[in-house]
Amino acid sequence: MQPFTTLTGNVAPLDRANVDTDQIIPKQFLKRIERTGFGQFLFFDWRFLPDGSPDPAFELNQPIRQGASILLARRNFGCGSSREHAPWALADYGFRSVIAPTFADIFFNNCFQNGMVPVKLDESDVEELFRRAAAAEAAGQAYRLTVDLQSCLVHDDGGFSRSFPVDSFRRHCLLEGLDNIDLSLKHVDQITAWENAHGLAPLQGGAT
Amino acid sequence: MPAPRTLLDKIWDDHLVCSPDGEQPLIYIDRHLVHEVTSAQAFEGLRVAGRRVRRPEATFATPDHNIPTTDRSLPIADPISKQQIDTLRANCREFGIRLFDLGDADQGIVHVIGPELGITQPGMTIVCGDSHTATHGALGALAFGIGTSEVEHVLAAQTLRQSKPKSFEVRVEGELYPGVTAKDLVLYIIGRLTTEGGAGYVIEYTGPCIRRLGMEERMTVCNMSIEAGARAGMIAPDRITFDYLRGRDLVPKDFDRAVARWETLPSDAGARYDRSQTFSGGDVVPQVTWGTNPAQVVGVDASVPDPASMTDPSDRSSAARALEYMGLKAGTPIAAIPIDRVFIGSCTNSRIEDLRAAAGVVRGHQVASRVRAMVVPGSGRVKRQAEAEGLDRVFTAAGFEWREAGCSMCLGMNPDTLAPGERCASTSNRNFEGRQGKGGRTHLVSPAMAAAAAVTGHFTDIRQWRYH
Repeated sequence: MQPFTTLTGNVAPLDRANVDTDQIIPKQFLKRIERTGFGQFLFFDWRFLPDGSPDPAFELNQPIRQGASILLARRNFGCGSSREHAPWALADYGFRSVIAPTFADIFFNNCFQNGMVPVKLDESDVEELFRRAAAAEAAGQAYRLTVDLQSCLVHDDGGFSRSFPVDSFRRHCLLEGLDNIDLSLKHVDQITAWENAHGLAPLQGGAT
Repeated sequence: MPAPRTLLDKIWDDHLVCSPDGEQPLIYIDRHLVHEVTSAQAFEGLRVAGRRVRRPEATFATPDHNIPTTDRSLPIADPISKQQIDTLRANCREFGIRLFDLGDADQGIVHVIGPELGITQPGMTIVCGDSHTATHGALGALAFGIGTSEVEHVLAAQTLRQSKPKSFEVRVEGELYPGVTAKDLVLYIIGRLTTEGGAGYVIEYTGPCIRRLGMEERMTVCNMSIEAGARAGMIAPDRITFDYLRGRDLVPKDFDRAVARWETLPSDAGARYDRSQTFSGGDVVPQVTWGTNPAQVVGVDASVPDPASMTDPSDRSSAARALEYMGLKAGTPIAAIPIDRVFIGSCTNSRIEDLRAAAGVVRGHQVASRVRAMVVPGSGRVKRQAEAEGLDRVFTAAGFEWREAGCSMCLGMNPDTLAPGERCASTSNRNFEGRQGKGGRTHLVSPAMAAAAAVTGHFTDIRQWRYH
């Protein structure tokens, strides 16, 4: 997995609550059997008009937000379906971090599996970031933020700085870009012991 | 004396493999259900890393999300869909996993066939790359949805990294009035908890109203826990659970011994939950969603709410956006909303009792001329049982389409979709924008309410239905 240490990038505000994974990546694109190439379908039904051209009214289609790597959203981001295609699509499009007051549990977990940092901030701080982004964009500039996973801080150049919570083990895995399965299989003796204690038949020529 | 424990505590303690310093705990996974849409990349990951499936006999697979519900003897027309089904087949063959394939008598929606075949049992940990895995909690299991990377992890290590979720007791007193179903109850609860009220929690549904529910009704309730943001929903096993499981294909051979073990699972008296909330079953009327998330719901006797009356600015803007998408005006009586389509199916409401309830409403009536209605049984077994009872003929005589088992129009990955602007009374679980087809407008209801709407062409209070 790609490690994540510190990211400084442009912010794309998406001022909507309860953005569900059906919106992030609609079902018609879940038929592919690869992990890559989903960025072109990100927010497809919101992003494109029926004739296939970009909808100029959609937040992410504004020229100033092109190339953004940090998505700023409202509460309960990523609710609904468990589809990991959602973080795949966000990452493939170029986002490496999503900032919101709250996230749906499965989406939140899925981010960590894909080198993405979901940042939970208080609703008032998220509101402040929306304000700052609007002010920067009104002045013709993209709003820039830094997400620092080493110090667990989000900050800008204008005095905004907040710490965010992250599980220490997940932080460690992201910083190092560790393979979660390898890490778990280091405990294979305990897994086997659990199976034995619960009367499960020995593995047939088993995996390790 | 040991401290009293909840059902969740007991299952968690029993499945904790290890909790190494500085790491998330590893918990053992008893059953893993696999379908075509969220598994291909996981199997590919195993192949790339040269890993095998640790315990193939703990994993069961079936295609359900992306399959046609029309004649199964015909080839799948969409080549990309076909490739996904073929990939599942090849992966199951390569890794030694039992597959209930298209054409197999026991194929069906994962969350329907799990309990039906006795794969799901009390006290187990069960995962699947699907958020509605919470369904299995109805039998007293800890069951939740996971992403594809976690699917790969479970295949390789039969365990999962998990921090222990918090516990949330949702207690329901009293009982439901006639015509009010488990679907109405859970929609009512979601409407009050909001779509994120359960985040971080596993809900245990308790209380006399829950205990009176049959096994399939309990599945409907637990199924939609995720729509309140909860990781899982569960109901302590009891006589109803054991009677449901007895004689099913994959239950323990020494069933009585298993029952004796399962009887120790219910939460102890005095066990502490991290949070509790109580509802009254008698307060629930038949529910209809009006918006684009399941918490945007009111009783059938109410009207479409006015966003201007909402105090929270985020609720207000969500509601305004939802009304625009849904093509609805605030103040419109729910019963005055005409519909174009009816979908009876999905892992929420496609079991035999759901079909019996819908058929009971439809019997002797005709589908309204402007409405196209379809019934998609949850599994091959449900379909055969319904046909043995003559329910298929009740539906087809009334003008319903009678289909093969699958997820179908719940998510519209297959050809069963809404056209832009079409309005559907659906027994499924999500009314998100575009869920049933781009521009489609979904209203979530119970099977009986969907059936009544099919006949009248608009939402109709089932409590006043004239049964034939």
